[in-house]
Amino acid sequence: MAATGKLERFRNLFCGVVFLISFLGLSGCGSDEQNAGQKVIKIGQVSPLTGNIAHLGKDNENGARLAIEEANARSLSIGGEKVRFELISEDDEAKPLKSTIVAQKLVDAGVIGVIGHLNSGTTIPASKIYNDAGIAQISPSATNVNYTNQGFDTAFRVIANDAQQGRVLGAFAIKLGAKKIGVIDDRTDYGKGLAEEFEKSAVASGGEIVAHEFTDNTKTDFTAILTRIKSKEADLIFFSGMDAQAGPMMKQIKNLGLNVLFLTGDGGQTQQFLTLGGAEAEGAYASSPGEPLDKMSGGKDFTKKYTETFNQSIQIYAPYAYDAMNALISAIVAADSVDPKDYLPKLAAIEHAGVTGPVSFDQKGDIKRGTISLYRVSEGRWAYIETLE
Amino acid sequence: MDIFLQQVINGLVLGSVYALVALGYTMVYGILGLINFAHGEVVMVGAMVFLTAVSVLGGGPLVLSNSTIIVFAVLTAIFVCSILAFFIERIAYRPLRNAPRLAPLITAIGMSILLQNIAMMIWGRQYRTFPELFQIESYTFAGANVTNVQLFIVGISIAIMASLLAVIHLTKVGRAMRATAESPQIASLMGVNVNTVISLTFIIGAGLAAIAGVLVSANYSIAHYSMGFILGLKAFTAAVLGGIGNLTGAMVGGILLGLIESIGAGYIGDLTGGFMGSHYQDVFAFLVLIIVLVFRPTGIMGERVADRS
Amino acid sequence: MSKLFLMFFGGRKNPVWVGYVFITVALIILPFLVEASMGRTWVRILDFALIYAMLALGLNIVVGFAGLLDLGYIAFYAVGAYTWALLASPQFGLHLPFWAIIPIGFVVAGIFGVLLGAPTLRLRGDYLAIVTLGFGEIVRIFLNNLDHPINITNGPVGINLIDPIQIAGVSLTKSHEILGLEFSGAHSYYYVLLFLLLATVFVCIRLENSRLGRAWVAIREDETAAQAMGINTRNVKLLAFAMGASFGGIAGGMFASFQGFVSPESFILLESIMVLCMVVLGGMGNIWGVILGTFLLAILPEVLRDVSGPIQENVLGRVWLDPESLRMVLFGLALILVMLLRPSGLWPKR
Repeated sequence: MAATGKLERFRNLFCGVVFLISFLGLSGCGSDEQNAGQKVIKIGQVSPLTGNIAHLGKDNENGARLAIEEANARSLSIGGEKVRFELISEDDEAKPLKSTIVAQKLVDAGVIGVIGHLNSGTTIPASKIYNDAGIAQISPSATNVNYTNQGFDTAFRVIANDAQQGRVLGAFAIKLGAKKIGVIDDRTDYGKGLAEEFEKSAVASGGEIVAHEFTDNTKTDFTAILTRIKSKEADLIFFSGMDAQAGPMMKQIKNLGLNVLFLTGDGGQTQQFLTLGGAEAEGAYASSPGEPLDKMSGGKDFTKKYTETFNQSIQIYAPYAYDAMNALISAIVAADSVDPKDYLPKLAAIEHAGVTGPVSFDQKGDIKRGTISLYRVSEGRWAYIETLE
Repeated sequence: MDIFLQQVINGLVLGSVYALVALGYTMVYGILGLINFAHGEVVMVGAMVFLTAVSVLGGGPLVLSNSTIIVFAVLTAIFVCSILAFFIERIAYRPLRNAPRLAPLITAIGMSILLQNIAMMIWGRQYRTFPELFQIESYTFAGANVTNVQLFIVGISIAIMASLLAVIHLTKVGRAMRATAESPQIASLMGVNVNTVISLTFIIGAGLAAIAGVLVSANYSIAHYSMGFILGLKAFTAAVLGGIGNLTGAMVGGILLGLIESIGAGYIGDLTGGFMGSHYQDVFAFLVLIIVLVFRPTGIMGERVADRS
Repeated sequence: MSKLFLMFFGGRKNPVWVGYVFITVALIILPFLVEASMGRTWVRILDFALIYAMLALGLNIVVGFAGLLDLGYIAFYAVGAYTWALLASPQFGLHLPFWAIIPIGFVVAGIFGVLLGAPTLRLRGDYLAIVTLGFGEIVRIFLNNLDHPINITNGPVGINLIDPIQIAGVSLTKSHEILGLEFSGAHSYYYVLLFLLLATVFVCIRLENSRLGRAWVAIREDETAAQAMGINTRNVKLLAFAMGASFGGIAGGMFASFQGFVSPESFILLESIMVLCMVVLGGMGNIWGVILGTFLLAILPEVLRDVSGPIQENVLGRVWLDPESLRMVLFGLALILVMLLRPSGLWPKR
């Protein structure tokens, strides 16, 4: 146990360096063709690309990237000049502090607009910076009402805020025949907002909330709260949270012998929920804003292209990021200018037929859209039931 | 009353998982006095390697029975985790054995960040699901439900604990470990190869971590590169609650923490008249921890005073 | 820092003040130099580095001076941030001026420091670490859930539209033009934060050399001996927690007013660990070392952000590994390498 020698220390440093180099060395060589002679228009995308919701962040990036690639394939001209769009994707690590740094970074880099951020907690602080710079920000997934309540004419979102969806889900739960309802809320701003609206609406339709339980978005064990709901003899469980928890929750519901209906919001209406829930997911209900993707013009194409390009299935918000990017590009094309002064009014008044439904904004920048679709898992797939106002 | 029994079962299962991970923490701590923050990530790697091994073996040209696949995949996971832990110790901890106390804590955190992100590169950002290698059966017992996986988790934790205690107290290697824990200098004077003993400790801890990783992903049928951190944190809490450095303490602490969490989540709402609900589950768990430590500053089973601050 | 400069400028001919003037001028023009050369992002990164430096200095009192390992330090930052948010936002309709909130935040965070300190007096080493960790989580969970039954914090939604610092009716987050120079919010806050950091440094230096500072060191080295020497270890430890917490509280208040928005996700455990890394990496107990460590860890991930993509393109011809994961891998590697090469930190106490 002699003191560590200098030699050994350097050997360890050496090991570390070798480790790193071998790491980098895994890669081969290739080259990228540069499209010269075109004006480059930079558009930003921000979402968490590291950390525990990085899979959702990458999904957003993929959606935005697909829209950019399609726009480039159309070889558009703006202001009489051929243009090529370039996506600058940044990682905000889902941290509010980082979000303002990357926002400023995008502004410095000269982006003309930004698709993002993913979480409300990062979208709101960043929106001040985009507003100062006067460029458009379209969030594909931030549902916190505060975001569009700041009086910024640069802040938009293409996803319904929680109020609408919660209302429809509450009424739908009663329609399914539920009388005693147990609610599970994942304590994120999405989960809280949706759960509150759901409760209001379910009670107004004549249901009774027998239990309101909570978890958080890092947990995987729900047996304690499910047991409590079981003791309250609930006949329906509403989970206000994401698919990565809803899937395992289905299995635990079955294992505990609960005989209940299961309903969740758009956070659960995904392919991943089906994979994680397996056979136990059968019979679960979920909602999703807008019309079903395969009913929309371009929706089937989008799904196909996404799976082919990125070799994975859509997580949740990629179609929204795709629509947001397309709406921004359409506004630029309509204005025939990349100056925010010219395109912002066009964006505010846009009528874009997106894959998640028609995209147009109200006074505050929230999406104008009245429809929520409902689905049920049947034979391992999401089967469409109906679309409600 | 059947609800109470069910909550106890829930707590026991959760607690056994914590205990299994906590054993790894406590073994390393007992010998080196080091919080191995990267241990949770080793658990994650165990789960991920197992799933990869299953898909490779299952999709290979050989037709293997499910139980063969499980055995080989578990062995692969244990093997990979052991090698990983061996190198973690060699690279990040051994050079710092005589350094200021917080230095290895920082390298441990660095290791944890490193492993998590490398895992993200290798296995991707998606959640992985546990393959259906066996039928999950649910048994009803006095109004409470329990599955075969859950019974298996509790059983294997107890078996591993017992065999670990046997190894530590009955074998020569175990005696060397105990000697090293008492005093590395004197142990080496007595002919114990301290470095080998420490490497061995890490390897055994990693083997347990791999098994824990497989059991966790089997029970919740989910695996993800970020699963290790929170699990490791809870296990570390459990180890401290039981008295860190003490193997029986880790087991007791783990099961106690599991019980506190599930009973807390089940009854806080009723106890506080709806003022607080299951969202205060962790607050409740930490409060119990603080109260225990106020009255027993070295945990429930801890004897040695951790005077290395 | 000043000593370093004095080595260059502090020969016999140059009096000490030349060094100080040089440093002062450098610090004053720094944000403009940074903006001109690297863009406004870096001014903002600088601001956050200053906030972290204040936090790290506060934690240094607890960990570095008194030797009490605290893994829940971010709780005080959170308390400070929410104190500011509640007293200067539409949440309760209160809009107190900054000179009133800063002392309130200081005191409230200090009280929380004592609240944490009191039950942990008998604990040592890692037992203390886990209790402080639990305390940090408890504070965060309460902030995340105090929207029901009475709404105080808005829960996970957070508090928005927090007042910025206003001096003579001028808001510091807006851009102003003075003498032909554009002062953005990031610039104005730089000066406020720099002033506060210098004040913190001053207090820390004074504390370190005081009777109290020596008592902390005595406790750190050997608690039993310190007690035998007649030091009231209980009071001295509580003071360490309270002082450390108070600095964290001010830093939190600054964060809230600069961002204009707080939500519980800013105050997770990982942040506590990050601040601890800053303290240890820089050199525990040494004020300048801690500041160095802070700047390194606050700036490194941002440098890597710029580097990890392009370096692959240049060296390997294409982006092969995902730049974001590579960035974090390099960050983890840096933590390990620095500690291996300099186990007592980059700039340890002599």
